[in-house]
Amino acid sequence: MTARVGVVTFPGSLDDGDAARAVRIAGAEPVRLWHGDPELHGVDAVVLPGGFSYGDYLRCGAIARFAPVMETLVDAARGGLPVLGICNGFQILCEAHLLPGALTRNQHLHFRNRDQGLRVESVGTAWTNTFQSGQEILIPVKNGEGCYVADTATLDALEAEGRVVARYVGGNPNGSQRDIAAITNAAGNVVGIMPHPEHAVEALTGPSLDGLGFFTSVLKHLVGTPA
Amino acid sequence: MTTHQDPAVRAAAGSGPAEPHAAVAPPAGTAAAGRHSGPAPAIDWTDGVDTVQRATTTGDELQPYAELGLRDDEYDRIRHILGRRPTQAELAMYSIMWSEHCSYKSSKVHLRQFGEKAPPSDRLLAGIGENAGVVRVSDTLAVTFKVESHNHPSFVEPYQGAATGVGGIVRDILAMGARPVAVMDPLRFGAADHPDTARVLPGVVAGVGGYGNCLGLPNIGGELVFDPCYQGNPLLNALCLGVLPVDRLQKKDAAGPGNIVVLLGAKTGRDGIGGVSVLASATFDEGSEQRRPSVQVGDPFIEKLLIEACLELYDAELVVGIQDLGGAGLTCALTETAASAGTGMRVWLERVPLREPSMEPHEILASESQERMLLVVTPDKLEPVLKTAEKWGVLATAIGEVTAPAPDGRPGRLLVTWNDHVVVDVPPGSLVDDGPVYARPMREPADLILLQADRAETLPRPSTPEALRETLLRMIASPNLADKTWVTEQYDRYVLGNTVLAQPEDSGVIRIDEQSGLGVALSVDGNGRYARLNPYQGTKLALAEAYRNVAVTGAKPIAVTNCLNFGSPEDPGVMWQFAEAVRGLADGCLELGIPVTGGNVSFYNQTGAAAIHPTPVVGVLGVLDNVADRVPMGFVPRTGGDHDQLFLLGDTHVELSGSEWAWVTHEHLGGMPPQVDLGRERQLAELMAEAARVGHLSSAHDLSDGGLAQSLVESCLRRGVGARIGVPERFADGSLPFVFLFSESAGRVLVTVPRGHEKAFTALCDERAVPWEQIGVTDPASGALDVHGQFRIGLDELRAAHTATLPRLFGGPEAAQVQVEAVRTGTTTIAPATAGQPVDVPDRQQPADADDPAGEVVAAPTTAAPVSGGPVPGGPETGTAPDASADSTPAPDAPTGTTPAQAPSGADDAPTAGGQGTDVPTAGSTPQAGADDAAASGAGDGDGQRPTPDQR
Repeated sequence: MTARVGVVTFPGSLDDGDAARAVRIAGAEPVRLWHGDPELHGVDAVVLPGGFSYGDYLRCGAIARFAPVMETLVDAARGGLPVLGICNGFQILCEAHLLPGALTRNQHLHFRNRDQGLRVESVGTAWTNTFQSGQEILIPVKNGEGCYVADTATLDALEAEGRVVARYVGGNPNGSQRDIAAITNAAGNVVGIMPHPEHAVEALTGPSLDGLGFFTSVLKHLVGTPA
Repeated sequence: MTTHQDPAVRAAAGSGPAEPHAAVAPPAGTAAAGRHSGPAPAIDWTDGVDTVQRATTTGDELQPYAELGLRDDEYDRIRHILGRRPTQAELAMYSIMWSEHCSYKSSKVHLRQFGEKAPPSDRLLAGIGENAGVVRVSDTLAVTFKVESHNHPSFVEPYQGAATGVGGIVRDILAMGARPVAVMDPLRFGAADHPDTARVLPGVVAGVGGYGNCLGLPNIGGELVFDPCYQGNPLLNALCLGVLPVDRLQKKDAAGPGNIVVLLGAKTGRDGIGGVSVLASATFDEGSEQRRPSVQVGDPFIEKLLIEACLELYDAELVVGIQDLGGAGLTCALTETAASAGTGMRVWLERVPLREPSMEPHEILASESQERMLLVVTPDKLEPVLKTAEKWGVLATAIGEVTAPAPDGRPGRLLVTWNDHVVVDVPPGSLVDDGPVYARPMREPADLILLQADRAETLPRPSTPEALRETLLRMIASPNLADKTWVTEQYDRYVLGNTVLAQPEDSGVIRIDEQSGLGVALSVDGNGRYARLNPYQGTKLALAEAYRNVAVTGAKPIAVTNCLNFGSPEDPGVMWQFAEAVRGLADGCLELGIPVTGGNVSFYNQTGAAAIHPTPVVGVLGVLDNVADRVPMGFVPRTGGDHDQLFLLGDTHVELSGSEWAWVTHEHLGGMPPQVDLGRERQLAELMAEAARVGHLSSAHDLSDGGLAQSLVESCLRRGVGARIGVPERFADGSLPFVFLFSESAGRVLVTVPRGHEKAFTALCDERAVPWEQIGVTDPASGALDVHGQFRIGLDELRAAHTATLPRLFGGPEAAQVQVEAVRTGTTTIAPATAGQPVDVPDRQQPADADDPAGEVVAAPTTAAPVSGGPVPGGPETGTAPDASADSTPAPDAPTGTTPAQAPSGADDAPTAGGQGTDVPTAGSTPQAGADDAAASGAGDGDGQRPTPDQR
């Protein structure tokens, strides 16, 4: 049976369709989840897509974090459900305290969209197990508030525990501390990433196919995990 | 936000049966009083509302119609139509609907040509007169696209002006039943180094990005042009593309008496009440000071919800008619929907959800609050409609109902009450279709003859390799030709996952069907300098460039939209330019066999007596049966010493007048723009489509501003692939190599052909009678652009020069680093074009020395040009590639993709700092300028976001 990967749509989600497409191309069945519905409909993993949930009018992700679907999702994530937060999804995961630190306004204060080099450093997570450690990939980054910040102790811990999933290479697009582009929780099932792997899954529309690895990884992970 | 539930609904339904008869129209005038069922005049006074009854009893009351931009005869006409003086609300409505921007009273007589000269098209599902043109691209799918201006607001409040400009055009597309899938933004500013440009540009770019990014619409292209003529009148044009199943096309008709009128979206506030504010201050009301209109503030989040809600309503077939609210707000939406159906309408104005409870009827009717749509739904569908709105958290309120036409068949009337006072009772058609129409006086500008005689072909040209090298580096670094990444980086081009090509490519290409690969290509282009020199030809050139930009991607051009930016129509010179431009576009479309599907006119882009260059911006849409066949602009990296053959298609003449070179090097504008041969453009387009389909092309890039040199540099830098060029023999002497590299002759394309395809490709060219010439080869290993016998420039040096300009001009964190690098390479000379320059450039030109204005230099080659092969007599059929051994200094491939070059037609701009505005805004003393100032303050808006059909 093919894995079922949920993609949550909040009011203001923008890349939910793209995330669903990426899941499909990776070979899984995308299941659309609605912010107002606490039910996860038995999905095997969840993607929180990019966008401007609730307009991001408070702090990015600060309102989405209280959506009914999040209450269920936070528990499920703590229970080991693979969750990938992309861009706004990453911000929501931080606001929900599933991941440490916060994402703040880009240092240069501009929204920035470019094809970004990343170095994958942690390949033990549910979402990166098909990459080689140290592998450099190219996927789009596009955000206005993608500057990752955390206190020194947290940053040191993240690095010490191998929880920095990816760093920016060839230029830091938003001023993130220690060039951090993606991190994971201690269990490795929850990953937040600022750039957009779902925009690098087709040769025709993306700068590479490197993004696909995140979605095939979770399938590999699920096969390895007895349901 | 919550959704209004039953109360309003029941009220609407309940009072419905009782009211309609009251709304059915007896003859206007005396009957009005009779029909009025409201409280006694005394109470009117206490309420301070100018009711229809009051109007009938106080016929002599002075009204500020002149301040609202209405002429005496227009005001008399209103009184005649109503058979009494209009109420305050009615006067407000007429003044807006009869304004230049809603009524097109000055342009109508000319715009008719678009219909009259339109070539037959079986693709057109909706054309001029609708919110946007709709063209069928397959049996099941259609696309809709349109470009509009939001110039004046963007000058006064750059961020919100630009943001609401995007929001407005997106709602136009949405109203057709389409899902918006992409935006483009042609932008024009004053001198790049003028302090006010540093105030306006950053805000405009941030506004375009802020709104578009938050809506989740990829920005796939646009323009960024600097010219002193736009100093006091920057141009923000915005284009939106939408896709719909052919059977989901929506109508704006308020059909079916008894149907409910629903207002969907944001609350109504005092946003840009515009000219109407004059009314408020003209009443005897002390409170009027507190009623100043506020600038429109866009809320992209609400608009995103509005889009999703509307699409769900369409798919569930819950909507009878729909119209967006933009310029002229409710007034326009109510009158248009009723007029187009011939029905009447009964509206309870107090039901309109207000942001400010103290708003008066005329303010509610004139408000241009953003993110609102007007729906017409059958009573049985009202519940599901409200539920859908609630699901998306969008406010939905039943504010009225459709009423029947008169028994004798005359259209129904629009009856608006406010707390039981009848404040409006008019025939809707009188506001929409019976507006004034003027054939304004036209006269060719007196300075035009001298201007055209002052030809750039007579200017001194670089004639040594060193001078040529220096010229190229200065040109690619000049603001209009420099890399635009610094701006386009602020736009999301990936969202929705269907962007196949985006700026800096010649066209944006969007996939609209993932299964079949069906897609569309879009390009918008304009050249104010060409149009200034010759509006007719200049407009054809804009059309030709947009058409060519679409064609080079391999797409088949099928439809045209346009945004005509001009000065004051009350200036006969401007009116002549406008008439010539419209004639040029209509004739051009007829020649190319593609129809104008809609567009927008923006007048009064004028500061005092100084008008902008006439600036017709033309958008062309093409179809790609399979986007996988699209041809990109960048030279292709090859390994193992392999390379592609470089061909130049089309004829190169000595055409420098109005060119970027003339401006950058000599601050010169004069002469006649390049010749344009649309028949040839058509052949070229057919050739490109065929060649792309059979895979003869590895890259293709249009030649326009900056000529061949610019295209070569852009194609090299796109993917970091060098090239070796041989200057054809006939261009070998004196300044002719310069002409070869910088002439802006139209109808030319630079293509690369993989080895093995040359013969088939050139045979195809001959078949299509398209002149071709091999001018060199790509050189993936060299890392340099080498023009044989002239100069060799490393890609790194080219990139440094090309990318440093905008960051240096508009600051930003990277500016510093880039600047350092640029300074090191010594290529940051600012082009004179950036020097502050009065708007009346032409008057400052010296009259040309008596020498043949036609210019034998320009003319000769054409007359003698063979059908194919070199344009100049004696020119070889095919140029030969320079000896490969001529250059063999190996250099590493330049890094690819990090800072791609930018096509001239591909972008916009944004810095950080804000200077102080120093220019006077738009013509403030003319009547319509009243409306334009309103527009400027975020209101009425002489351009942009009009919900009324364009170019009827």
